[in-house]
Amino acid sequence: MSMLSVRGLTRRFGGLTAVDNVSFDVYEGTIHAIIGPNGAGKSTAFNLLTGFDTPDAGEVRFEGTRVTGLRPHRVTRLGIARTFQNTQLFDSMSVLENVLVGTHWHTKTGFLRAALHLPGVRAEERDSRELARHHLRLVSLEHLADVPARDLPHGQRRLLEIARALATRPRLLLLDEPAAGLNSAETGQLAGTLYRIRDMGVTIVIVEHDMGLVMDVSDEVMVLNEGAKIAEGPPRLIQKDPAVIEAYLGGDGGA
Amino acid sequence: MENAELLQLAIAGLKNGSIYALLALGFTIVYAATNVINFAQGEFFMLGGMFAVFAFKTLGLPLIAAVPLAVVAVTGVGVLFEVLAIRPRRDGDQMSLVIITVGGSLVLSSLARHLFGSDALPLPEFTPGPSLAFAGAAIERQTLWIWGLVLIAVVALTMLYSRTRLGRAMRACMQNREAARLMGIDTGRVVMISFALAAMLGALAGVAVTPLTSTRFDIGAGIAVKGFAAAILGGLGNPIAAVAGGLLLGLIEQAVIPFSSTLKDVVAIVVLLSVLFVRPQGLFIRERKEKT
Repeated sequence: MSMLSVRGLTRRFGGLTAVDNVSFDVYEGTIHAIIGPNGAGKSTAFNLLTGFDTPDAGEVRFEGTRVTGLRPHRVTRLGIARTFQNTQLFDSMSVLENVLVGTHWHTKTGFLRAALHLPGVRAEERDSRELARHHLRLVSLEHLADVPARDLPHGQRRLLEIARALATRPRLLLLDEPAAGLNSAETGQLAGTLYRIRDMGVTIVIVEHDMGLVMDVSDEVMVLNEGAKIAEGPPRLIQKDPAVIEAYLGGDGGA
Repeated sequence: MENAELLQLAIAGLKNGSIYALLALGFTIVYAATNVINFAQGEFFMLGGMFAVFAFKTLGLPLIAAVPLAVVAVTGVGVLFEVLAIRPRRDGDQMSLVIITVGGSLVLSSLARHLFGSDALPLPEFTPGPSLAFAGAAIERQTLWIWGLVLIAVVALTMLYSRTRLGRAMRACMQNREAARLMGIDTGRVVMISFALAAMLGALAGVAVTPLTSTRFDIGAGIAVKGFAAAILGGLGNPIAAVAGGLLLGLIEQAVIPFSSTLKDVVAIVVLLSVLFVRPQGLFIRERKEKT
């Protein structure tokens, strides 16, 4: 059985069908790429998968549970995390604090316990910090733990966003163009990080323009064009698919 | 003017200023969670005093029970206010939410008039006794209570924001609501808690000051203007700046008194408008914080 199952997903904005009857499956332990020319509906699809937008038709199931219509924090609690195309960090918090916010929902401390500083709160906070540092180590940012997030250069902001997403303990991680704005060395590092995350048991769905990275890391590639799925399969077959070549070369939005 | 006189004015300024600070904190906390100015903030202040008087006079409870009971009850009113008035329109535009808070403010003060009448209601001082002498100036005992309570509130709030998971969640919502939701934070819950905290602080201010001024159903709007001016003066959205703004506004008011005591109540409005014209981000905020 697939981990994430998407059936007939459709989203219209006025006359434009941004996502048009798209179905696909993501299997546990894989890296699944979604590619397509600009405006193909990739980011809209991401928003539909994570509760930031509601589809006009179709449904999304994660490990059998219906995700469609849930609010974002509920989706997160099911075990789905995401990053944004434009990094969305808590800029005036430190790097470590950003990741700590990610540990928020699975720590038990309620309002009263925190307010009263009951025993156990401190220990839990210590565990959270430990865990947060672990995630920072994973993306090689541990040495910057106390730096304000706003002072990080672009590439490291992306890595921090990934670390923060991991802190919510996802089983499925959705990455929206993680390589955008990275140089080739950073992109190489990113590939390594993605493998490490997958080997931790986290399944990855990645929307990406960098074809080198996509062909390198993905087990499965799905191609969207004008909202519709035009191809899916392993990367080496996708590269040769006539419909895909047509979409990229014939369309007006090449990558 | 003599030093003792100056000191006396400063004491009065810091006394009023601490009250403004608590109200400014209420404005700031709700603003941080919702981007909305809650004009019902002054009613929490009024209800704090009212409930304390009710518990003390009508129920016959000792002050030591009546005061905390009033604060807890108003905190409950804050939660109810959020659930009944704000939540149904939570995703609405800011302007309609602001109007809702104005309407809510009128409803609360009308209810208070209905329940408690339209007379000014007094409350005894927490610890009655003669004023204390300090370097030639006099400090009322109740003023010390006010300072003490404000100090405790500010320290507790600082701890909440910097040390606890809830505080971190509140700061996360303040900075980037989308990302906060993505971290599994229930932003609706944060909004509710923000109203509860704002109501608690407003009530605390109201209870602490009622022994000096007594209370009436219609004092909410006036004090809300002061608290709002203090929050704007310091810089909206930042708790430390709110407190600084409150104290500063209290001092500025007293500085005007030697020239004309009738002008005192205009000061808040003048300060409010000047800041909005000249330095809209507030005195104590370096840059405008980014909003997404």
